Amino acid sequence: MNILEQYNYWVVVCLMMIGFFIVISHGNLVKKLMGLSVFQTSVFILYISMGKVSGGTAPILDQAYSVFSNPLPHVLILTAIVVGIATTALGLALVVRINEEYGTIEESEIQQKDDREC
Amino acid sequence: MLNHFPILQVIVPLLAAPICLLLQQRRLVWIFTTLVSAIALLISFQLLYQVQTQGTLIYELGGWQAPIGIEYRIDALSALLLVLVSAMSTVVLMGAHKSIEKEIPEDKQTFFYIAFLLCLAGSLGIIATGDAFNVFVFLEISSLSTYTLIALGKDRRALWASYQYLIMGTIGATFILIGIGLMYMMTGTLNMHDLSQRLPEVVQTKTVFTAFAFFIVGVCLKLALFPLHLWLPNAYAYAPSMVTAFLAATATKVAIYVLVRFTFTIFGVEFALSFLPLSELLMVLGLLGVFGASIVAILQTNVKRLFAYSSVAQIGYMIIGFSLGSQAGLKAALLHLFNHALMKGAIFMAIAGLVYRIGATNLEHFKGVGQRMPLTAAAIVVGGLSLIGVPLTVGFVSKWYLIVALLEQGLWPVVALVLMGSLLAVIYVWKLVEIAYFQTPSGELSPNGNEALSPQDALNPQDAFSQREAPWIILVPTWLLVVANIYFGIDTDFTVNVATQAVSSLFGESP
Repeated sequence: MNILEQYNYWVVVCLMMIGFFIVISHGNLVKKLMGLSVFQTSVFILYISMGKVSGGTAPILDQAYSVFSNPLPHVLILTAIVVGIATTALGLALVVRINEEYGTIEESEIQQKDDREC
Repeated sequence: MLNHFPILQVIVPLLAAPICLLLQQRRLVWIFTTLVSAIALLISFQLLYQVQTQGTLIYELGGWQAPIGIEYRIDALSALLLVLVSAMSTVVLMGAHKSIEKEIPEDKQTFFYIAFLLCLAGSLGIIATGDAFNVFVFLEISSLSTYTLIALGKDRRALWASYQYLIMGTIGATFILIGIGLMYMMTGTLNMHDLSQRLPEVVQTKTVFTAFAFFIVGVCLKLALFPLHLWLPNAYAYAPSMVTAFLAATATKVAIYVLVRFTFTIFGVEFALSFLPLSELLMVLGLLGVFGASIVAILQTNVKRLFAYSSVAQIGYMIIGFSLGSQAGLKAALLHLFNHALMKGAIFMAIAGLVYRIGATNLEHFKGVGQRMPLTAAAIVVGGLSLIGVPLTVGFVSKWYLIVALLEQGLWPVVALVLMGSLLAVIYVWKLVEIAYFQTPSGELSPNGNEALSPQDALNPQDAFSQREAPWIILVPTWLLVVANIYFGIDTDFTVNVATQAVSSLFGESP
C-alpha cells in the first residue's frame, strides 16, 4: 500500500523518465524540445505536490481555515515555468533557424551535412 | 550608496540591457555597454575591498530578514569571482566593437550587446546571491543569453552547437532545480546560510543523498566535467570570437563557483566528499579529463576547437584540486580558476584578432602569422606558456599549489600524472607555435584572407604588411591580459591572499 500512498511522486518519476527518454532517443529536433518540456513539467509537479498539505486549503487568511498548503513552492515554480517557456521558445526559434540553414530538422541529416563539409 | 553595492552589482547590467534597445547607434551601444561593464568592475573592486576590511557583506533585499526574504551574501570567494567576471567582460567588451562589426550582421549587433549584458548580469547574480533558488534563476538568465550569443556565430554550425548546448544546459539546470527542490523538501528553507545549519539534522536521509546526486550531475554538466563536456568544444568553436573569449573566461568558472559554494557552504565538505566516494570519483574524472581532452586537443585542426578541448583539460585540474577536500587543494583549484580565466581570455582574444585579419580558424591558415602579426601571435604564445605552466606565468603558480596540495596527501602517482598532462599541453601549444613561426605563408595570403583584407589595405599594398597586425582596439585588451598573465605569475600576493581568505572562510563556515 505504501507504494500507492505516494503516487504523486511516481507520476513525477514516470513523466521525468518519459521526457528524458524522448530527448535522448528522438532525432527530430522539435520532438526533442517536446521531450525537454515534459521533463521540465515533471519537476514543476514535484514542487507543487511537495507544497500540498493533506487536508489543507488554499492559503487564504480566514478564520474558517487553519491548515494551509505551502504557497512558497507554487511561487517558486511560477518562476521555473517562465524559465521553461523561455527555453522552449528559444529552442524552437533555433530550430526554425536550423531549418532555414540546413533544410532539415533531423539530427542525423544535420550531422551528415556537417561531416561532408569538414 | 555603499550599502547598496551588492545589489547594484547585478541590477546595473540587468537594467542597462533594455536601455541598449533605445540607443540607435551601434557605436553608442558599444560605448554604453563597455561603460556599464566598467561600472560593474568598479563596484566589484569596492566590494572586494569592503569584504577584506569588514568581512562578509549581507544585503537584505527590500529589508526583509534572511530566511523569509532573499539575501545577497558576499564573502571573499564571491568577491574574487565578481572581480574576475566583471574584469573579463570589460576587457572583452573593449575589444568587441571591431571584431563584432566583422562577424555579426549589422542588424543583430545591438542584440549581441543586450545578450552580453544579460549574460553578465546572470553570472554576477549567481555569484552574489545567498539564495539557492535564486542561483537557478540567474543560471537560466545567463544560460539563455549564452545560447543566443553562440547562435550569432557566422558558421551555420553555430546554430547546431547552440541547440545542443541548449538541450544539455537545460537538462543540467533542471537537475539543479530538482536538487534544490529536494533540499527544500527536507529543510523548508532556501537560504544558503539557513540550509547549511538545518541540513546536518537530516543529512543521513535518502532524500538529501538524492538531492546532492542530482545537484552534482547538473552542475558538472554546466561546468563541462570530462564525460559531460560534449557541448563545449562546438559551442566555443563556432561562437563569435569575442563570445568565445568571454565564455571561456567566465561561464565554466561560474559553474565551478556554484559547485564549491554548494558543497562547501551548504552540504559541508565531510558529507560531500566522504559519505559518498565522490572524492575518488571526481579525481579520476578530472585526470581522465586532463588526458582525454589534451589528447583530443592535439588532434584538432581548428584552433578554437583545440583551445576549447584544452579548456576541458584545465577544468580537470581544477576538479582534481577540488576533489582533495583539503584547504590546500581548494586553494589550488581557486587559484587555477582565476589564472585559467586570464590565460584563456588572453588566448581567445588574440585568436579574435587573428580571425579579424585572416577570417578563418584552421591551423593551415595560420602559417607564418608569427611574422605577419608578431604581437598577436606572441600573445597566444604567452598564453600557451601559461597553459603549460612555465615559471613566471600564472600557470606555474596554480600548478605549483596543486602539486603541493597533492603531495600533502602523499598522492605521488597523481602528481606524476598532472605533470604528464602538462607535457601534453606542450605538444598542442607547440603545434600552433610551429605553424605560426616556422612555416612560411602559402602564397601572399590564404584564399579566405583576401576577403578579410580591408579596403585600405588593398589600396596601398606597401602598407598592407604593417597593417596586418590586429587593430589596436583588439590588441590593447589582449595585451592587458597577457601582462596580467605575467604580472600575477611573478607577484602572487593578491591572488594567493584572496584565495587563502576565501578558503579559510569556506572552511570556517562549513558545519
